[in-house]
Amino acid sequence: MSRRAKIACYVVMVVLAVPFVFPTWWMITASLLPANEVLAYPPKLFPASPQWENYKTAFTDFPLAQQYFNSLYIAVLVTLGTMFFSSLAGYAFARIRFRGEKVFGLILIGLMVPSEVTIIPLFRLVDDLGLTNTHWPLIVVPIFGAPSVLATFVMRQFFITIPGELEEAGRLDGLSRFGLYRRVALPIAKPALAAVAIFTFLNTWNFFLEPLVYLTDKSMFTLPVALTQYVDVYGGHLWNVQLAAATTTVVPVLVVFIIAQRQFVEGLAQSGLKG
Amino acid sequence: MTLTARRRDALAGWIFITPQLLGFLAFVVAPLAAVVWYSFQDVNLLAGTSVFAGADNYAKLFDDPTAPKVARATAIFCVGLVVLNLALALSLALLLNLKLRGTTVFRTVFFSPVVVTLVAWTIVWNFLLQDNGGINALLQTIGVDGPNWLRGNGTAMLSVIVVQVLKNVGLNMVLFLAALQGIPASIMEASQLDGAGPWRRFRSVILPMISPTTLLTAIITVAGALQVFAQIQVLTLGGPADSTNVLVFYFYQQAFANHDLGYGSALAVVLFLVILVLTLLQWRMRKRWVFHES
Repeated sequence: MSRRAKIACYVVMVVLAVPFVFPTWWMITASLLPANEVLAYPPKLFPASPQWENYKTAFTDFPLAQQYFNSLYIAVLVTLGTMFFSSLAGYAFARIRFRGEKVFGLILIGLMVPSEVTIIPLFRLVDDLGLTNTHWPLIVVPIFGAPSVLATFVMRQFFITIPGELEEAGRLDGLSRFGLYRRVALPIAKPALAAVAIFTFLNTWNFFLEPLVYLTDKSMFTLPVALTQYVDVYGGHLWNVQLAAATTTVVPVLVVFIIAQRQFVEGLAQSGLKG
Repeated sequence: MTLTARRRDALAGWIFITPQLLGFLAFVVAPLAAVVWYSFQDVNLLAGTSVFAGADNYAKLFDDPTAPKVARATAIFCVGLVVLNLALALSLALLLNLKLRGTTVFRTVFFSPVVVTLVAWTIVWNFLLQDNGGINALLQTIGVDGPNWLRGNGTAMLSVIVVQVLKNVGLNMVLFLAALQGIPASIMEASQLDGAGPWRRFRSVILPMISPTTLLTAIITVAGALQVFAQIQVLTLGGPADSTNVLVFYFYQQAFANHDLGYGSALAVVLFLVILVLTLLQWRMRKRWVFHES
């Protein structure tokens, strides 16, 4: 390729990159501006004197720490639960010859049931059990319900590729089925488990409709719903505080992404492809 | 393996799949059946009654003056999103596939919104797209008087689509990139020897070779577009004049703001049927794809 063409390509890529980078940049900038400068003209692209109080306000005037904890512990529990139960089921579907194998085709129906479709009956069920405004439905339903099916699918597709000799050796060593799963299959399934962990964590971290439907108390909210609540008593938008809160939810994930890019891209591409 | 060993193995298998199977029955199959059942009921939450209403809720779909607007908004959103998303994803993939130095940095940049919390991403854009927000301020510096993006009749839909495309285009970009890298070098070289220019090569070699991926990403993107909700809730609340009132947002309004569970369920069933058709389509394509590869 000629030098000129190369330069043209770089220019195009840089221009295209602007709308991808700029929002995050401006989110951080605006989160450090005083309230009267957030929507000022000309726009402030760099905070002259960073207002770290905005972050303090986000945590003191709103239960952000509690909400952060809610989101984090729910996402961690759902991720761990999904990794365990989906790898277990995926292992059985892939490696054990039994009639239950046929169940796999049935379970795949879960891939085409978006949570919106089932949320009315699930809400009534949760309500009947007296579990609205608790985190139970946000933890139990994803681990065992439709969102876990994709994880099971990914795990099964991986386990199917394990050569039989590996398990044969384990069997001769006297391992039980659970032992084969735990000591032979699981240790070599790390890439698949990583993919499952990444897309499960991000999906759970992003849950919006479910907490909106199930939860009523601000102190119970998870971050996505909490982030929409940054208004003052008159209903006015607290832009800088809201953007400070948003920044606290975005930056940690972005940092982890930049460190573990390859795993993220591969894991999420798999979830996009559904296997 | 002896018979008992095989039996024990089968027992282990059943134990391994039981948690997932029970969850599937309780949280997918039962609610799916229930939502169909509710869609034929007139549910009154306050009185706690639920009476059989025949196809009333489905008939309402045709009487409801908002329903055609919802169908229109949903269709425009899906088509606009798919066209814009695929065109941009393919362009980005082609650029990255040139393998210039620093490509990984750009790949990271284009992919990064995918990992940004959806609501945070939407909130930032809500901020930027305000009448006196950042986009219009930037436009003003070059002497353009920008519209009130989120309140204008055509611009609201455009804004919602663009915000969503930027959020997720990285995913399709990666899929296209994989497809481009899967094109055998020999084919590209052959076309080069035949004297095909870059545009000709794109049209006659690249595009046909990646067509399975194009179809697949199109379907995945439509299925995702149908479920758009948080973005509408944050950016436009379905307005102005229902121009961005898409199916899932309307469903939420009916079911959880108006507490009309019967009608809400009918809308949920409609959503399910559309996704079902799309998924079956995808699986058929996938079969053809596998065939194509072999």
